[in-house]
Amino acid sequence: MGNGTSIGRVRGLGPSHEGAHHWLLQRTTAAGNLVVIIWLLASFLMLGDFSYANVSAWLAQPIAAVPMVLLSISLFWHARLGLQVVIEDYMVDAGTKFALITALNLVAIGGAAFAIFSVATLAFGVQG
Amino acid sequence: MSQRDHHSARPLSPHLQIWRWGPHMLVSILHRVTGSALSLVGLPLLVWFLGSLASGPEAFATFTFWMGSPLGIFVLIGLSWALFNHMMSGLRHFVLDIGAGYDLDVNRFWSVASPLIAVALTVALWSYVLLA
Repeated sequence: MGNGTSIGRVRGLGPSHEGAHHWLLQRTTAAGNLVVIIWLLASFLMLGDFSYANVSAWLAQPIAAVPMVLLSISLFWHARLGLQVVIEDYMVDAGTKFALITALNLVAIGGAAFAIFSVATLAFGVQG
Repeated sequence: MSQRDHHSARPLSPHLQIWRWGPHMLVSILHRVTGSALSLVGLPLLVWFLGSLASGPEAFATFTFWMGSPLGIFVLIGLSWALFNHMMSGLRHFVLDIGAGYDLDVNRFWSVASPLIAVALTVALWSYVLLA
Protein backbone atom coordinates (compact mmCIF):
# COMPACT_ATOMS: atom_id res chain seq x y z
CA MET A 1 0.00 0.00 0.00
CA GLY A 2 1.39 3.34 -1.05
CA ASN A 3 0.17 6.89 -0.45
CA GLY A 4 0.65 8.21 -3.99
CA THR A 5 -2.04 7.57 -6.59
CA SER A 6 -5.65 6.83 -5.61
CA ILE A 7 -5.35 3.21 -6.89
CA GLY A 8 -2.11 2.78 -4.94
CA ARG A 9 -3.84 3.76 -1.68
CA VAL A 10 -6.48 1.00 -1.97
CA ARG A 11 -4.69 -1.81 -3.82
CA GLY A 12 -4.49 -5.00 -1.75
CA LEU A 13 -6.75 -3.71 1.05
CA GLY A 14 -9.55 -6.28 0.58
CA PRO A 15 -9.91 -9.16 3.06
CA SER A 16 -7.93 -11.52 0.78
CA HIS A 17 -5.44 -8.77 -0.28
CA GLU A 18 -5.80 -9.72 -3.96
CA GLY A 19 -8.45 -11.11 -6.28
CA ALA A 20 -8.39 -10.12 -9.94
CA HIS A 21 -5.50 -12.47 -10.70
CA HIS A 22 -7.29 -15.40 -9.06
CA TRP A 23 -10.52 -14.57 -10.89
CA LEU A 24 -8.81 -14.36 -14.27
CA LEU A 25 -6.88 -17.63 -13.77
CA GLN A 26 -10.14 -19.34 -12.80
CA ARG A 27 -11.62 -18.29 -16.18
CA THR A 28 -8.47 -19.09 -18.15
CA THR A 29 -8.25 -22.61 -16.71
CA ALA A 30 -12.03 -23.02 -17.18
CA ALA A 31 -11.62 -22.35 -20.91
CA GLY A 32 -8.73 -24.84 -20.96
CA ASN A 33 -10.82 -27.43 -19.10
CA LEU A 34 -13.62 -27.11 -21.65
CA VAL A 35 -11.22 -28.00 -24.48
CA VAL A 36 -9.38 -30.88 -22.77
CA ILE A 37 -12.53 -32.44 -21.26
CA ILE A 38 -14.25 -32.53 -24.67
CA TRP A 39 -11.05 -34.13 -26.02
CA LEU A 40 -11.05 -36.71 -23.17
CA LEU A 41 -14.74 -37.63 -23.59
CA ALA A 42 -14.37 -37.92 -27.39
CA SER A 43 -11.22 -40.04 -26.96
CA PHE A 44 -12.91 -42.41 -24.47
CA LEU A 45 -15.94 -42.80 -26.76
CA MET A 46 -13.69 -43.54 -29.78
CA LEU A 47 -11.43 -45.94 -27.83
CA GLY A 48 -14.21 -48.48 -27.39
CA ASP A 49 -11.89 -51.25 -26.14
CA PHE A 50 -10.63 -50.51 -22.61
CA SER A 51 -8.06 -53.32 -22.48
CA TYR A 52 -4.63 -52.46 -21.03
CA ALA A 53 -2.91 -52.98 -24.40
CA ASN A 54 -5.30 -50.67 -26.23
CA VAL A 55 -5.46 -47.87 -23.65
CA SER A 56 -1.70 -47.82 -22.92
CA ALA A 57 -0.85 -47.84 -26.65
CA TRP A 58 -3.26 -44.93 -27.16
CA LEU A 59 -1.86 -42.85 -24.28
CA ALA A 60 1.78 -43.54 -25.25
CA GLN A 61 1.33 -41.56 -28.48
CA PRO A 62 2.33 -37.86 -28.37
CA ILE A 63 -1.08 -36.89 -29.81
CA ALA A 64 -2.73 -38.31 -26.64
CA ALA A 65 0.06 -37.90 -24.05
CA VAL A 66 0.46 -34.13 -24.57
CA PRO A 67 -3.25 -33.25 -24.16
CA MET A 68 -3.40 -35.58 -21.12
CA VAL A 69 -0.49 -33.68 -19.52
CA LEU A 70 -2.19 -30.35 -20.32
CA LEU A 71 -5.48 -31.75 -18.93
CA SER A 72 -3.76 -32.71 -15.67
CA ILE A 73 -2.32 -29.19 -15.30
CA SER A 74 -5.55 -27.36 -16.22
CA LEU A 75 -7.91 -29.53 -14.13
CA PHE A 76 -5.74 -29.56 -10.98
CA TRP A 77 -5.07 -25.81 -11.25
CA HIS A 78 -8.78 -25.02 -11.68
CA ALA A 79 -9.72 -27.36 -8.81
CA ARG A 80 -7.10 -25.73 -6.58
CA LEU A 81 -8.50 -22.26 -7.30
CA GLY A 82 -12.11 -23.41 -6.78
CA LEU A 83 -11.51 -25.31 -3.53
CA GLN A 84 -9.49 -22.34 -2.23
CA VAL A 85 -12.62 -20.18 -2.54
CA VAL A 86 -14.75 -22.85 -0.83
CA ILE A 87 -12.26 -23.00 2.07
CA GLU A 88 -12.09 -19.18 2.29
CA ASP A 89 -15.90 -18.97 2.37
CA TYR A 90 -16.59 -21.56 5.07
CA MET A 91 -13.48 -21.56 7.30
CA VAL A 92 -13.71 -18.61 9.65
CA ASP A 93 -10.63 -19.36 11.75
CA ALA A 94 -7.51 -17.90 10.12
CA GLY A 95 -5.25 -20.74 11.27
CA THR A 96 -7.56 -23.48 9.96
CA LYS A 97 -7.92 -21.56 6.70
CA PHE A 98 -4.15 -21.27 6.29
CA ALA A 99 -3.58 -24.96 7.11
CA LEU A 100 -6.28 -26.17 4.70
CA ILE A 101 -5.07 -23.98 1.83
CA THR A 102 -1.49 -25.14 2.42
CA ALA A 103 -2.68 -28.78 2.37
CA LEU A 104 -4.72 -28.04 -0.76
CA ASN A 105 -1.63 -26.65 -2.52
CA LEU A 106 0.42 -29.72 -1.61
CA VAL A 107 -2.28 -32.19 -2.73
CA ALA A 108 -3.02 -30.31 -5.97
CA ILE A 109 0.63 -30.03 -7.00
CA GLY A 110 1.34 -33.60 -5.86
CA GLY A 111 -1.67 -35.00 -7.75
CA ALA A 112 -0.78 -33.14 -10.94
CA ALA A 113 2.87 -34.22 -10.68
CA PHE A 114 1.84 -37.87 -10.20
CA ALA A 115 -0.55 -37.72 -13.17
CA ILE A 116 2.04 -36.09 -15.45
CA PHE A 117 4.77 -38.54 -14.38
CA SER A 118 2.42 -41.49 -15.07
CA VAL A 119 1.74 -40.22 -18.60
CA ALA A 120 5.48 -39.67 -19.15
CA THR A 121 6.19 -43.22 -17.94
CA LEU A 122 3.85 -44.60 -20.61
CA ALA A 123 4.98 -42.21 -23.33
CA PHE A 124 8.67 -42.96 -22.80
CA GLY A 125 8.00 -46.71 -22.58
CA VAL A 126 9.43 -47.53 -19.16
CA GLN A 127 6.30 -48.94 -17.47
CA GLY A 128 6.60 -52.07 -15.33
CA MET B 1 -48.94 -5.96 -14.97
CA SER B 2 -51.13 -4.64 -12.14
CA GLN B 3 -49.70 -2.57 -9.31
CA ARG B 4 -50.12 -5.42 -6.83
CA ASP B 5 -48.38 -7.98 -9.12
CA HIS B 6 -45.60 -5.50 -9.77
CA HIS B 7 -44.80 -5.45 -6.10
CA SER B 8 -44.62 -9.25 -5.75
CA ALA B 9 -42.48 -9.61 -8.89
CA ARG B 10 -39.69 -7.47 -7.47
CA PRO B 11 -36.34 -9.36 -7.25
CA LEU B 12 -35.75 -10.80 -3.80
CA SER B 13 -32.30 -10.50 -2.30
CA PRO B 14 -31.13 -13.29 0.02
CA HIS B 15 -31.12 -10.85 2.94
CA LEU B 16 -31.16 -12.45 6.40
CA GLN B 17 -34.39 -14.50 6.72
CA ILE B 18 -36.23 -12.72 3.92
CA TRP B 19 -35.58 -14.92 0.89
CA ARG B 20 -36.95 -17.89 -1.00
CA TRP B 21 -35.40 -20.44 -3.31
CA GLY B 22 -35.10 -19.51 -6.96
CA PRO B 23 -33.47 -21.30 -9.89
CA HIS B 24 -30.54 -18.83 -9.82
CA MET B 25 -29.68 -19.89 -6.28
CA LEU B 26 -29.97 -23.57 -7.16
CA VAL B 27 -27.68 -23.26 -10.20
CA SER B 28 -25.19 -21.29 -8.10
CA ILE B 29 -24.95 -23.80 -5.25
CA LEU B 30 -24.96 -26.74 -7.72
CA HIS B 31 -21.95 -25.16 -9.44
CA ARG B 32 -20.06 -25.20 -6.15
CA VAL B 33 -21.23 -28.68 -5.10
CA THR B 34 -20.44 -30.28 -8.47
CA GLY B 35 -17.08 -28.48 -8.66
CA SER B 36 -16.14 -29.79 -5.22
CA ALA B 37 -17.29 -33.32 -6.16
CA LEU B 38 -15.27 -33.26 -9.39
CA SER B 39 -12.21 -32.09 -7.44
CA LEU B 40 -12.55 -34.52 -4.52
CA VAL B 41 -13.81 -37.62 -6.40
CA GLY B 42 -13.09 -37.05 -10.10
CA LEU B 43 -9.44 -36.03 -9.82
CA PRO B 44 -8.47 -38.97 -7.54
CA LEU B 45 -10.09 -41.30 -10.11
CA LEU B 46 -8.11 -39.60 -12.91
CA VAL B 47 -4.91 -40.10 -10.91
CA TRP B 48 -5.86 -43.74 -10.24
CA PHE B 49 -6.56 -44.26 -13.97
CA LEU B 50 -3.19 -42.80 -15.07
CA GLY B 51 -1.22 -44.34 -12.20
CA SER B 52 -2.62 -47.83 -12.80
CA LEU B 53 -1.85 -47.53 -16.53
CA ALA B 54 1.73 -46.60 -15.69
CA SER B 55 1.99 -49.46 -13.17
CA GLY B 56 1.13 -52.23 -15.62
CA PRO B 57 -1.69 -54.62 -16.68
CA GLU B 58 -2.44 -55.98 -13.18
CA ALA B 59 -2.98 -52.56 -11.60
CA PHE B 60 -5.05 -51.45 -14.60
CA ALA B 61 -7.18 -54.63 -14.33
CA THR B 62 -7.95 -53.69 -10.70
CA PHE B 63 -8.97 -50.19 -11.85
CA THR B 64 -11.24 -51.43 -14.68
CA PHE B 65 -12.73 -54.10 -12.36
CA TRP B 66 -13.87 -51.42 -9.89
CA MET B 67 -15.00 -49.01 -12.60
CA GLY B 68 -17.02 -51.76 -14.27
CA SER B 69 -18.70 -52.82 -11.00
CA PRO B 70 -22.20 -51.51 -10.16
CA LEU B 71 -20.64 -49.13 -7.58
CA GLY B 72 -18.10 -47.88 -10.15
CA ILE B 73 -20.73 -47.28 -12.81
CA PHE B 74 -22.90 -45.48 -10.24
CA VAL B 75 -19.97 -43.20 -9.34
CA LEU B 76 -19.09 -42.62 -13.02
CA ILE B 77 -22.69 -41.71 -13.89
CA GLY B 78 -22.75 -39.29 -10.93
CA LEU B 79 -19.39 -37.80 -11.97
CA SER B 80 -20.49 -37.36 -15.59
CA TRP B 81 -23.63 -35.55 -14.38
CA ALA B 82 -21.49 -33.36 -12.10
CA LEU B 83 -19.15 -32.64 -15.03
CA PHE B 84 -21.95 -31.67 -17.43
CA ASN B 85 -23.73 -29.61 -14.76
CA HIS B 86 -20.51 -27.76 -13.86
CA MET B 87 -19.74 -27.29 -17.56
CA MET B 88 -23.18 -25.82 -18.35
CA SER B 89 -23.30 -23.50 -15.32
CA GLY B 90 -19.68 -22.60 -16.11
CA LEU B 91 -20.66 -21.61 -19.65
CA ARG B 92 -23.47 -19.58 -18.09
CA HIS B 93 -20.84 -17.84 -15.95
CA PHE B 94 -18.85 -16.98 -19.09
CA VAL B 95 -21.95 -15.26 -20.53
CA LEU B 96 -22.57 -13.40 -17.24
CA ASP B 97 -18.87 -12.40 -17.11
CA ILE B 98 -19.17 -10.44 -20.36
CA GLY B 99 -22.12 -8.57 -18.84
CA ALA B 100 -24.90 -10.38 -20.72
CA GLY B 101 -27.88 -12.36 -19.46
CA TYR B 102 -28.85 -10.25 -16.46
CA ASP B 103 -32.44 -9.51 -17.56
CA LEU B 104 -34.72 -11.25 -15.05
CA ASP B 105 -36.45 -13.51 -17.57
CA VAL B 106 -33.26 -14.35 -19.51
CA ASN B 107 -31.36 -15.04 -16.29
CA ARG B 108 -34.17 -17.27 -14.99
CA PHE B 109 -34.41 -19.12 -18.32
CA TRP B 110 -30.72 -20.11 -18.40
CA SER B 111 -30.74 -20.91 -14.66
CA VAL B 112 -33.41 -23.50 -15.41
CA ALA B 113 -31.96 -24.58 -18.77
CA SER B 114 -28.34 -25.18 -17.61
CA PRO B 115 -29.08 -28.08 -15.21
CA LEU B 116 -31.71 -29.52 -17.59
CA ILE B 117 -29.21 -29.55 -20.49
CA ALA B 118 -26.72 -31.24 -18.14
CA VAL B 119 -29.22 -34.02 -17.32
CA ALA B 120 -29.99 -34.45 -21.04
CA LEU B 121 -26.26 -34.74 -21.87
CA THR B 122 -25.77 -37.28 -19.05
CA VAL B 123 -28.68 -39.40 -20.32
CA ALA B 124 -27.40 -39.12 -23.91
CA LEU B 125 -23.84 -40.14 -22.93
CA TRP B 126 -24.88 -43.20 -20.92
CA SER B 127 -27.53 -44.25 -23.44
CA TYR B 128 -24.76 -44.27 -26.04
CA VAL B 129 -22.25 -46.07 -23.77
CA LEU B 130 -24.61 -48.72 -22.39
CA LEU B 131 -26.53 -49.37 -25.62
CA ALA B 132 -23.57 -49.25 -28.04
